[in-house]
Amino acid sequence: MNAHQSLAIGQPIAPPAAILPAAEPDAMVRFEAISKTYPAYRGKPGVNALQNIDFAIPRGSITGVIGRSGAGKSSLVRLINGLEKPTTGRVIVDGRDISALAGRELRLAQRSIGMIFQHFNLLSSRTAADNIALPLEIAGWAKADIKTRVAELLALVGIADKHDRYPSELSGGQKQRVGIARALATRPDVLLSDEATSALDPQTTRAILDLLANINRELGVTIVLITHEMSVVRQLAREVVVLDAGHVVESGHVADIFTHPKHPITQSFLAEVTGDSLPVSLASRIVADPAAGGQAVIRIHVRGAGAGDTVVARLARELGLDVSLLSARIDEIGGQHVGSLVLGVPGGEGVQARVLAWLSQHQFSAERLGYVA
Amino acid sequence: MSPELINLIVQATFESLYMVGIAAGLGTVFGLPLGVFLATSRKGELFAAPLVNRALGIVVNATRSTPFIILVVAIIPFTRLIAGTSIGSTAAIVPLTIASTPFIARLVEAAIREVDGGLIETASSFGASPIQIVFKVLIPEALPGLLLALTLAVVSLLGYSAMVGAVGGGGLGDLGIRYGYQRFMPEMMLAVVVVLIALVQLVQSAGDYLARRVNRRLRHR
Repeated sequence: MNAHQSLAIGQPIAPPAAILPAAEPDAMVRFEAISKTYPAYRGKPGVNALQNIDFAIPRGSITGVIGRSGAGKSSLVRLINGLEKPTTGRVIVDGRDISALAGRELRLAQRSIGMIFQHFNLLSSRTAADNIALPLEIAGWAKADIKTRVAELLALVGIADKHDRYPSELSGGQKQRVGIARALATRPDVLLSDEATSALDPQTTRAILDLLANINRELGVTIVLITHEMSVVRQLAREVVVLDAGHVVESGHVADIFTHPKHPITQSFLAEVTGDSLPVSLASRIVADPAAGGQAVIRIHVRGAGAGDTVVARLARELGLDVSLLSARIDEIGGQHVGSLVLGVPGGEGVQARVLAWLSQHQFSAERLGYVA
Repeated sequence: MSPELINLIVQATFESLYMVGIAAGLGTVFGLPLGVFLATSRKGELFAAPLVNRALGIVVNATRSTPFIILVVAIIPFTRLIAGTSIGSTAAIVPLTIASTPFIARLVEAAIREVDGGLIETASSFGASPIQIVFKVLIPEALPGLLLALTLAVVSLLGYSAMVGAVGGGGLGDLGIRYGYQRFMPEMMLAVVVVLIALVQLVQSAGDYLARRVNRRLRHR
């Protein structure tokens, strides 16, 4: 892309990023000055998995924690249910410092936090129903109550007919449904999802995400999902925390974060859905030298509800130009349109400058990528 | 073969089954918890106690590397203390149990360690205590492996039991040596070997069958 003359005009209208405040009044989970260090072990150096983590997850929300592998997502989510202890700081879950609990107290608290896993982690020796019954047995429920509750849960996740099936007889999606039912068995307030759809195909992923959305809506369970897939955050989450190298680099409402991504890692995640890279056939034709070409290639960033709907038509009408649409990709994230339009603008330097000025005037962020013949 | 000799074989078979059965039972009673502990007491695991783990490991290895015939005679005073005598099938159960316990423990350890660590984390995530994890997750999930381990232990014990004739323990091996070898009766030797082969086949088939029955992992594929 070095050949591109990148000329950013018109500053994107960036409201201050809505950082999930640590002081969120109705927090289900609150991280307070968390750091997590794994000590050196057998010649391997120590690892600072998490540093300066301070944010709150609102009650009843669906919050996505997104990051590349090794960003600290797994450690972060395991702090919530006490599978890991922070090196410094506190994790407050539903008003209680879970990081200070141990033994029996911790186990009691863990019953109100469910968790689902990438590889489902079902017991191969138990049927679907018996897998779901396991946390209830552990919590000491009476047999009759377990039976009623398990039937309820199987129906809730839509696999009532798989009651007596062993995991080896179930598909991936069905196994994850059992996993979800099991996680919800003890009526938790929080459901943690550790890459729960990463081992599933896109269609099954969609169905599982829909199920999680329903559960959040109908049961009011706060859902925290960690993922490296932007599509999961886009489909399900309303709040997002972007994690990179153990730091929270951005957090807030999904729509705000992804319409105005600031950190490079956030931008790279966004590019996965908006496709900021050009089609190969177009990219190979772009040259830096205006003398070569008839058209300037201008990329307009679309951020916000309905932002890009009429821009091409208005541009053409108001400036009386035959602009051509070379490439476009617009997606919806948190109800906001996010993507880019790539236009070919004919005419000399003067005309193109007018186009850029018009875009800037109408609050569009745009850049000239080069010229095509 | 005379009815007397056949009677001897039948009697010896029962002696062998008696010794091996009780020793395998006691070996499991001691070896199963020991094996579970060996598998779960390493650093960072359920009952983390690395030093105890290492100490137990050394004791287990020492017992397993002592030749069985030496173990039998070396512990005669202990055998007398426990069984009241050092001669006969009942007395022979003592060294057989002592030899089978660490053997079973190591097999159990291997079977338990085969269980996916993710299942332990999962059970912990919904508040299972370490003891609950052992009984509700580790043992049920390792059951096919545990049954095969027990089968292997019984087969090995049948072999060991042939050696307790040295201290008057009786059983098939003793019969084979005394009649077949010392009294030059090759047909007796052959009969004993055939009965042992049949027993081993029977035990192995039963073990395989049970292990397959409880294994839900691949049964339907």
